[in-house]
Amino acid sequence: MKYAFFPGCVSQGAAPELYPAAVMICQRLGIELEEIPGWTCTGAGVMQERNQFFADTLNARNFAKAEEMGLPILTICSTCQGVMSQANKRMTRDPEYLAEINSHLAEEGLAYKGTAEPKHLLWIMIEDIGLDKVTDLVTRPLAGIRMAPFYGCYIVRPTEALDIEEHPERQTSLETLIETLGATVVDFEGKTRCCGFPILTINEKNSMAMVGKHTSEAKDLGADAMVTPCPLCHLNLDGYQPKASAQLKRSVDLPILHLPQAIGLAMGISPQELGLQKHIMSTQPLTVKLGAAH
Amino acid sequence: MDVTIKIRRYDPEAEQPGSYWESFDVSVADNATVLDALIKIREEMDGTLTLRCSCRSAICGSCAMRINGHAGLACKTALALAIDDNNSVTIEPAGVMRVIKDLAVDFELFWDKIRAVEPYLQPSGAEPEGEYIASNESMLHLSGVTACIMCGACVSDCTVLEVDPTFLGPAALAKAYRFTADPRDGNREGVSRERLRNLSEATGMWDCTRCNECVQACPKGVAPMDRIMGLREQALQAGFTNNNGARHTGAFTESVGHSGRLDELRLPIKSVGGVTNVAAMISYAPVGWRALTHGKMPPIRHKNVENVENVRRLFRKLEPELAGTQIGKNSPFG
Repeated sequence: MKYAFFPGCVSQGAAPELYPAAVMICQRLGIELEEIPGWTCTGAGVMQERNQFFADTLNARNFAKAEEMGLPILTICSTCQGVMSQANKRMTRDPEYLAEINSHLAEEGLAYKGTAEPKHLLWIMIEDIGLDKVTDLVTRPLAGIRMAPFYGCYIVRPTEALDIEEHPERQTSLETLIETLGATVVDFEGKTRCCGFPILTINEKNSMAMVGKHTSEAKDLGADAMVTPCPLCHLNLDGYQPKASAQLKRSVDLPILHLPQAIGLAMGISPQELGLQKHIMSTQPLTVKLGAAH
Repeated sequence: MDVTIKIRRYDPEAEQPGSYWESFDVSVADNATVLDALIKIREEMDGTLTLRCSCRSAICGSCAMRINGHAGLACKTALALAIDDNNSVTIEPAGVMRVIKDLAVDFELFWDKIRAVEPYLQPSGAEPEGEYIASNESMLHLSGVTACIMCGACVSDCTVLEVDPTFLGPAALAKAYRFTADPRDGNREGVSRERLRNLSEATGMWDCTRCNECVQACPKGVAPMDRIMGLREQALQAGFTNNNGARHTGAFTESVGHSGRLDELRLPIKSVGGVTNVAAMISYAPVGWRALTHGKMPPIRHKNVENVENVRRLFRKLEPELAGTQIGKNSPFG
């Protein structure tokens, strides 16, 4: 299957290990990716605080380009997913709003018709590709690995924007995938809470308290690693774990994987190729346990 | 319908107080609500089960609690939709607030915050000679937020209050918006400058993470987080921009408007007021060093997207104030 690829800024910036890992597993899954030419940031909910119309216009621009490509949109970022879904709802349920947005896109010769359906790789694996196909490609099951799912906010709330009523399976998609890869799910309260990243530069103490709470809770339940479909959650949970751990006054040392990395490990791809050495929290205890040491 | 209700109970007068789970198997009508089942348990099985309820019609706001881990009104939740494959549902007291007994929590924290935002009209300047006149549109707009029934569901599930009880929280901030968006509050133009100034301080509007928990939890469609975003927009328009939250959204928009994408290297620096904020730069140093040594520092030279002129044209048109000062001049982005 072929998709219009929307990688998001972070997978090419502060989490550069995500992009190649995603491309690698998509190749194996038979997912063909064609990047949307000149795609722009979704606004990540931050631009929307000051100017929702500008942010929505940029999202419409991305959607219009995907429509021109004639392909459904695949993203590897939960935040992009949530923001695109919310923007899409605003535009498709209000034709006047969409027309006003299109009037600004017209100068570039673009118009959004309202047919885009942005989907995260996590959902695509389950809804479009099918878990049977994933199972077939698992050559190194993550047997014995205890993995905690961390959804974050944007891929689970608000449910209305994410069509959760039509797709209730999306609420447990991460657990489903962890089990498909052969690992054991570590269920914990924090899995759908905020990672704290959006307030990192505004209230660092609270942001760190969130990182500390979620990582230590999963660790105390015996997790070997945490997996997230959101690169922004990854930035905070991995990159800021040392700081959060210092604030919490205890060591946590929990490896945090991007979703495609967890899948790649189960497909037998080497930790090096998946960029696990780029993480701040060492993934070595995990890879050693898995018998896939660096 | 035969269901199992798992309740997290707590008795402060027990010899060894502590919360514990207790399950009740109960038979109720197929169209029963969660509250119907709880009342049946209290009346027929265990009279010591403590919970608050009154109207049974989602009006009084008494029965907010966590149902399967998320806050909602017990009287508005159909049991048939809440049970899992084993016909079981878990019930816990609301979060954040102190548990008094079983499902009853202490609302002191909730009311303290509501009081803190001074929830009454405060017009400034001379009073009009006749009555205050408010447009229909403005009152229709406010009807969404005045629908709040003070049930505390949003406070229960707030991810910030969970780690920081000093945050004003979703209910109080939505209540504040009810006044800042009221044309009768504030100056003659309806701008509530004092309120917006106070709410721009720490523990106020900028401490919200935008996690959407309150939007999801609210049984009345108040969407507190959306009101908090409304407060941010009002505060920026009123010129309260000397804080990290305001700088963050401005710098973010500028980065995207100028280059099409986010410049992750410069954004955190601009958010704290630039490199001259020495304390912030020192606190960033270890994180920056770790990123650098692990090969994940964002690119020093931020690239523009293909055909960036089209993005800049939209930026100039839709964000003229921000774009006018930067585009083609000295923007650090792109």
